[in-house]
Amino acid sequence: MSAVSLAGAVRSGERSARSIVEEHLAAVADGEGQIHAFNLVTADAALERADRVDAVVAQGGDPGPLAGVPVALKDNMCTRGVPTTCGSRILDGWRPPYDATVVERLDAAGAVIIGKTNMDEFAMGSSTENSAFGPTLNPCDTTRVPGGSSGGSAAAVAAGFTPLSLGSDTGGSIRQPAALCGVVGVKPTYGAVSRYGLVAFASSLDQIGPFARNVADAALLLEAVAGHDPLDSTSIPASAPDLLGVLDRGVEGLRVGVIEEISGSGPTGLEGFAPDVQSRLAEAAEALAAAGAVVEKASVPSTVFGLSAYYVIAPAEASSNLARFDGVRFGLRVDADNTVEMNAATRTAGFGDEVKRRIMLGTYALSAGYYDAYYGKSQKVRTLIVEDFARAYQSFDLLLSPTAPTTAFPIGEKVDDPMLMYLNDVCTIPSNLAGHPAMSVPFGVGDDGLPVGVQVLAPANGEPSMFRAAAVLEAAAGGSAGVAP
Amino acid sequence: MEPDAGTSTPGRISRDDVAYVARLARLNLTDSELDGFTGQLADVLDHAADIEALDLDGVAPTSHPLPLSNVFRADVPTVGPADEADHRLFCDEVLAAAPAAEESRFRVPPVLGEAP
Repeated sequence: MSAVSLAGAVRSGERSARSIVEEHLAAVADGEGQIHAFNLVTADAALERADRVDAVVAQGGDPGPLAGVPVALKDNMCTRGVPTTCGSRILDGWRPPYDATVVERLDAAGAVIIGKTNMDEFAMGSSTENSAFGPTLNPCDTTRVPGGSSGGSAAAVAAGFTPLSLGSDTGGSIRQPAALCGVVGVKPTYGAVSRYGLVAFASSLDQIGPFARNVADAALLLEAVAGHDPLDSTSIPASAPDLLGVLDRGVEGLRVGVIEEISGSGPTGLEGFAPDVQSRLAEAAEALAAAGAVVEKASVPSTVFGLSAYYVIAPAEASSNLARFDGVRFGLRVDADNTVEMNAATRTAGFGDEVKRRIMLGTYALSAGYYDAYYGKSQKVRTLIVEDFARAYQSFDLLLSPTAPTTAFPIGEKVDDPMLMYLNDVCTIPSNLAGHPAMSVPFGVGDDGLPVGVQVLAPANGEPSMFRAAAVLEAAAGGSAGVAP
Repeated sequence: MEPDAGTSTPGRISRDDVAYVARLARLNLTDSELDGFTGQLADVLDHAADIEALDLDGVAPTSHPLPLSNVFRADVPTVGPADEADHRLFCDEVLAAAPAAEESRFRVPPVLGEAP
């Protein structure tokens, strides 16, 4: 059952929130042992919360648009009094003293938080293998990765543990796992969803967004959490966009460009795109054309440099953001004779290899003598990408690409080769650098029977038309996705 | 950093560079970790070399996707979340989550020289 129907059933008194939550907790109890989507399942709190939702309905009130709907949170969103680990040992035992704004918005919308999902440590990774608590497995094939870094949130939705979850996307960490697990994943416009209470990775790129098994559910969740928040100085001062209201408007007359450089189809573009992924992309483009869109090839030349710029900019910001984990104020402390040695002993024991790599990379890129060569140049490449997108959006309303170059890859295949792992993000990174929205929609399967995701990109605040195209793609692909009922 | 300071096209990152950066970042690395990380960081920086060839003269840097300006709250005095009692509770909660606290402060090992 979709989140839209579940909320409708609770609001009308047809179903109790408790029965819905119990049903999903039973699914978790049944399947979590095979998947490891969660770092923590908050069953008791969820049932109590469901009863409060039911009490509101019993008194004739309206609990809100997400009434009684289970939602799982990536474990980098602060929940007051509830452990928040970021997939890291360094936050061992830490319980945040406040709720993230998205948690408060979910509460106000009547949602029921059922747990915290597994993730690559501090959201650094594309496979969820970098979690300190062990990997999450892909519900479509448990020998494969679910993608990352929000792999737990994607897997929880794909496995039917929850109809909705939230992830964070710094370079593709919502869209890529959504594609690999066969669900819908949305990175909204930078600033559309408050980041207050999201543990920062790369602040100029991070954005919270929804996972769902269908486009309407993703719209429902995004509407509930988006909108201005004075507690986040990068929050766009506007209310949440109306998405559910425009979903059925189709794409008649919309101009859609297929980005040559990041779909393996242009002469100057990137390589490494699987032929089956390219075929699904071509079929998706045809589906949009059949629905009345004007579909043409588009060129956004500097997107090919996105990966290089990103793997300087994101580590640079991370090296600064993660300086706060020093054993003084929260989580792990490894004692030593003086504070500097305590800081180092704590960080050495608390961080995993990928986090150490990125901190060192960022520290190097920001250091005197290298700043201009790496960080300065990357920031200029970022400008080129912004300008190239702006040019493309003079001719097009939306752009299209694969979400990831391949379907889900085997666990262990890329974890020892960071550069190979980073190449997963070539299609998703440009939207983060530009601050634009983009979403992954499941569109058929590859030769291996695993899900393929198509990415719809839009200019800043272009979510309404992006969702319209996503709905058309979903219908053409044969309805809603996921392996769960 | 000391080596090659001021050059615009840096050479390949060395084992010494990585050791230096690790020290700056307060990370202790074993010899074998140092070897492994040096190769991996060099791979990533080699990939970044593809932007070396770009003519970026006159291109303004973008540090942020939004045209940001400072955001100010109303200039009214506030004490913590709501009032003084709430503020104390909040501080207690924060300190309770710290590895060590004493007299409403975070406690750390000696910072300079011997402990008093």
